[in-house]
Amino acid sequence: MAGYKPVAIQTYPILGEKITQDTLYWNNYKTPVQIKEFGAVSKVDFSPQPPYNYAVTASSRIHIYGRYSQEPIKTFSRFKDTAYCATFRQDGRLLVAGSEDGGVQLFDITGRAPLRHFEGHTKAVHTVDFTADKYHVVSGADDYTVKLWDIPNSKEILTFKEHSDYVRCGCASKLNPDLFVTGSYDHTLKMFDARTNKSVISVEHGQPVESVLLFPSGGLLVSAGGRYVKIWDVLKGGQLLVSLKNHHKTVTCLYLSSSGQRLLSGSLDRKVKIYSTTSYKVVHSFDYAASILSLALAHEDETIVVGMTNGILSVKHRKSEAKKDSLPRRRRPAYRTFIKGKNYMKQRDDILINRPSKKHLELYDRDLKNFRVSKALDRVLEPSCTIKTPEITVSIIKELNRRGVLANALAGRDEKEISRVLNFLIRNLSQPRFAPVLINAAEIIIDIYLPVIGQSPVVDKKFLLLQGLVEKEIDYQRELLETLGMMDMLFATMTRKESTSVWQHASDGFLENKKVES
Amino acid sequence: MNPKLYSCSFDGTVKLWDYVDGILIKTFVVGLKLHALFTLPSAEDSVFVIINKEKPDVFQLVSVKLPKSSSQEIEAKELSFVLDYINQSPKCIAFGNEGEYVAAVRDFYLSVYFFKKKTTSRFTLSSSRNKKHAKNNFTCVACHPKEDCIATGHKDGKIRLWRNFDDDKKYTYTCLHWHHDMVMDLAFSVTGTSLLSGGRESVLVEWRDATEKNKEFLPRLGATIEHISVSPAGDLFCTSHSDNKIIVIHRNLEASAVIQGLVKDSNIFTGLMVDPRTKALVLNGKPGHLQFYSLQHDKQLYNLDIIQQEYINDYGLIQIELTKAAFGCYGNWLATVEQRQEKETELELQMKLWMYNKKTQGFVLNTKVNMPHEDHITAVCFCNAEKFENPTLVTSSKDGHFKVWILTDDSDIYKKAVGWTCDFVGSYHKYQATNCCFSEDGSLLAVSFEEIVTIWDSETWELKCTFCQRAGKIRHLCFGRLTCSKYLLGATENGILCCWNLLSCALEWSAKLNVRVMEPDPNSENIAAISRSSVGSDLFVFKPSEPRPLYIQKNISREEVQWGVFVPRDVPESFTSDAYQWLNRSQFYFLTKSQSLLTFSTKSPEEKLTPTSKQLLAEESLPTTPFYFILGKHREQQDEKINEAFESELVQLPLTENIPAISELLHTPAHVLPSASFLCSKFVSSLLLSKETKSGEEIPEDVDMEEGKESDDSDEENDFTEKIQDTNNTDLGEDLLHQLSKSEEKELRKFRKVDYSWITVL
Repeated sequence: MAGYKPVAIQTYPILGEKITQDTLYWNNYKTPVQIKEFGAVSKVDFSPQPPYNYAVTASSRIHIYGRYSQEPIKTFSRFKDTAYCATFRQDGRLLVAGSEDGGVQLFDITGRAPLRHFEGHTKAVHTVDFTADKYHVVSGADDYTVKLWDIPNSKEILTFKEHSDYVRCGCASKLNPDLFVTGSYDHTLKMFDARTNKSVISVEHGQPVESVLLFPSGGLLVSAGGRYVKIWDVLKGGQLLVSLKNHHKTVTCLYLSSSGQRLLSGSLDRKVKIYSTTSYKVVHSFDYAASILSLALAHEDETIVVGMTNGILSVKHRKSEAKKDSLPRRRRPAYRTFIKGKNYMKQRDDILINRPSKKHLELYDRDLKNFRVSKALDRVLEPSCTIKTPEITVSIIKELNRRGVLANALAGRDEKEISRVLNFLIRNLSQPRFAPVLINAAEIIIDIYLPVIGQSPVVDKKFLLLQGLVEKEIDYQRELLETLGMMDMLFATMTRKESTSVWQHASDGFLENKKVES
Repeated sequence: MNPKLYSCSFDGTVKLWDYVDGILIKTFVVGLKLHALFTLPSAEDSVFVIINKEKPDVFQLVSVKLPKSSSQEIEAKELSFVLDYINQSPKCIAFGNEGEYVAAVRDFYLSVYFFKKKTTSRFTLSSSRNKKHAKNNFTCVACHPKEDCIATGHKDGKIRLWRNFDDDKKYTYTCLHWHHDMVMDLAFSVTGTSLLSGGRESVLVEWRDATEKNKEFLPRLGATIEHISVSPAGDLFCTSHSDNKIIVIHRNLEASAVIQGLVKDSNIFTGLMVDPRTKALVLNGKPGHLQFYSLQHDKQLYNLDIIQQEYINDYGLIQIELTKAAFGCYGNWLATVEQRQEKETELELQMKLWMYNKKTQGFVLNTKVNMPHEDHITAVCFCNAEKFENPTLVTSSKDGHFKVWILTDDSDIYKKAVGWTCDFVGSYHKYQATNCCFSEDGSLLAVSFEEIVTIWDSETWELKCTFCQRAGKIRHLCFGRLTCSKYLLGATENGILCCWNLLSCALEWSAKLNVRVMEPDPNSENIAAISRSSVGSDLFVFKPSEPRPLYIQKNISREEVQWGVFVPRDVPESFTSDAYQWLNRSQFYFLTKSQSLLTFSTKSPEEKLTPTSKQLLAEESLPTTPFYFILGKHREQQDEKINEAFESELVQLPLTENIPAISELLHTPAHVLPSASFLCSKFVSSLLLSKETKSGEEIPEDVDMEEGKESDDSDEENDFTEKIQDTNNTDLGEDLLHQLSKSEEKELRKFRKVDYSWITVL
């Protein structure tokens, strides 16, 4: 025969943001650490090698921070003017940066003075990057040129003059040492091949390009400019895959999460949006205090660093999960006890009889199954249940009422037990979703305990509290009804051209609000 | 030598059967109403029967000596009186200890008759009015097979075990108390070591060693246990339940088989529906379930648990009722409404939408809506039109609103999901919405608000027009189908059936008919209406386009008919008779108040019945009638009537109206006729003698039409056609008439149908 059916716990829709695995993941960060820089933070770059230090470019300085340090562990300040785009090499030992005066400087992480100084750009160099072979540097400048430099010889190898406006962003392929992409204010993205000394792909973004990003595989190219983030398929010769418009203001920076599953974009509208790279839908977003200029994630998304126009650097660290492990673990039975007999292979003449799988029942369900109604009610009146999950308590009260045993379960309680019930009523009676069930329960309690009223000051106080609550609620409902009447009047004086049904529709939402029983 | 079976009946006979071969061996005539029959292995030549001689409420147990004779019918008048003042129920009599004594209970008495001593002892329980003993009534009795021990069940749920009852003074009893409601039946196991009891709690209790501590339970059997019996070998128990179910149970209290017919539920709220997938009949089943019942195989397919809550079968408990259900989108969706109302102001409503899962071949809960309306939901209907890709559901409620629910995409990047949301709320001057229904193509929605029918455009949800007849609340509402889709039918509480034309927005016709059930046939234009009169229920089948019914069957049932449904046939029949044409595509089933499911059939019951159900038919006096069953006496009467009708009709054939078509054709001026080549082939083929000689049967109008059926403003067209027929009747030649065979006539009729339209246009 059919087994015991557990009590259906009424579920209520959770208002506000939907909880998804993404919101859980991206909200699992500590409160941000704020570091004040000297000027707008134009670039943040994490070293790809442990200990994952990061370089912050702001004004004429480059600060290098350790992951958890709030003070810079190193500073490069030998710039005459604003520095731009301090970027680590793949091995984390060299750092390259452009500057407002058109120079490109290469630093050793351990040293202080620049190792190399590449001269050749006539205007500010806003973007520099190392190529995949580590021995070349790509730079783009406001003189519309893109240059490729050789590190050992500190010489310029190639110059590309294909852009017709400032080159403000660029990125080298991580796989092919000869490929790199630049974006310019002439609205184009160009992919250059060092072997051909001209661009191989050119795509039209539509707005001045602020940031470009190549996927690790090199197959997809992401560009940000204006309010748009666009994804291009490089393998199809630069075909537009998706165009995303989720920001209110110019998108300034892009970053890929370490898994490559999520794309982050920061914008002047002070938001960071996170997209899924399979569906390109926004799965989460962060708010910041000021317009965002730069954004970087540490290895394994352990840290999110965001640089803003007001010179504030916001650093968020992931909450450590070591906390759980620190609890003393109970000694569990060995693994072999669980698989005991499970791996027995069926022989030819054996008859297999499966033991019916045991259905897990909650404790209150076990009580209800055995008709221990008072016990079941006691269980759900435990503070742990009433505070965290009042809907379970209400569902059990409802179930007891359905079984016609609510009065039995509520009767015969001492002072402590009855005040527990009353506490729950006081806390939840005015909630519209619980009101119908709890009002009924309150009536039963009053019926049962009326003869003994006055014997316990504690309980009497609770009853008075409940009375006050009900009176307050009645006043509130009256007020609501008055408001509703006024609204009706207003609607009635409005033009009667609209069909009655539309009018009804508008007032319906209101009706639902006042549905609480008074 | 086959085993034999004795049966007794109210006609005063005891019959001996060979039940393996189904042969009646002997009939013993006792001459008194026999209420129950018992046999004892120790006394093979006599049986014990319960009779009542004088007062209607006083019954006696007598032993009847069955005389040995070779003749088929034997008089058995040799009665010997055993016990007086007993209960007529067989549960209240038990023979104990290999037939040494018989125990009977009634009210507060236990009577024991000892066959050897030929004495009767009577034990009385206190029956004082006070609370403690008020429910001491005996309800059933069982005797230990080996020992002198009698178990009795009581109204308050107690079981008493009596011993030493051969002594009027020294007798003792012990009490076993677990049941909290009346003990319905008791049975000892074959060895007598355990006692089985059951009752309203739907729990089979096994008391081991007659002690209160040692008891085992088999809970959740679904419905009140009515009878318990034990197999002679002792390895099986069997319980019968109030919901038309038998459960076979192993000795170790494990249910091994369930024999379930159409579940008898206390109330059918959902009405009859047909599952578009399985073609099964769907209605309320077990409490909180929908049952899917295959009409073809007369078998329950499965029960779908809708309410999904533990069922507590207790007197006076207000249960959650499954009140409405509807299938949509070819069986892909199922909408159900459940409600529970404890007090006037406290209504719990829940609407659930179930999606059919092809993988698991079952319905899966998709959306749950709490309090979809503020008051009772009166109707639920899906839009089943093909062009609507987005499933749409409409619910109407007494709170004065109707709500439109649509399926929306609820998927995100993590999962694909769909869910139902409310799309539109409509109302009409705060009247209660009583009914709703979609037109066949889904373009219009009709919602009735008390006396008023409103028509809404399903694209924009704009109110298109209203119809009001001021003839009482609309009880039923349906659109015509196929060629009659321009009509809307409404039946009111005051017994008026109205038909509105949606093109002219005017009343087409109305008739005075107290409609209880109105069901459209999904496969044709026909609509069946069952009306209730003082004598019984009458069936009318009609097309909305013509107020004259196609078929009338008076008095289909003495009871009130509650629900009806057309079930599409798998293979269409081809009844040529006009009276039966409405049964060609679908079959009409209806459910009466006592939950008998009846249908119309053209075959005789013998043909239709399978061998198993044949035996059930044979015992007409059997009180537990099988649920799904062909009409009993009504059907036979009806068949006779129809047969008579056929015979009378064969003599005089109403050929008259067919020949005029030819004359019409011949008399029409040539210049208005279409080309001869167009007409020729049809005309010639119509004159050919076809090979089939099926007679064009027709039911004569032996059933009198109701005067009210002809509406005042019946349309012009009808009158016109009748006139034509009249004029044609005059100029038909007698000699032409008898030359035409029936098949010719049929062909001509066909031909007439083809050409008729253009002739009238001319």
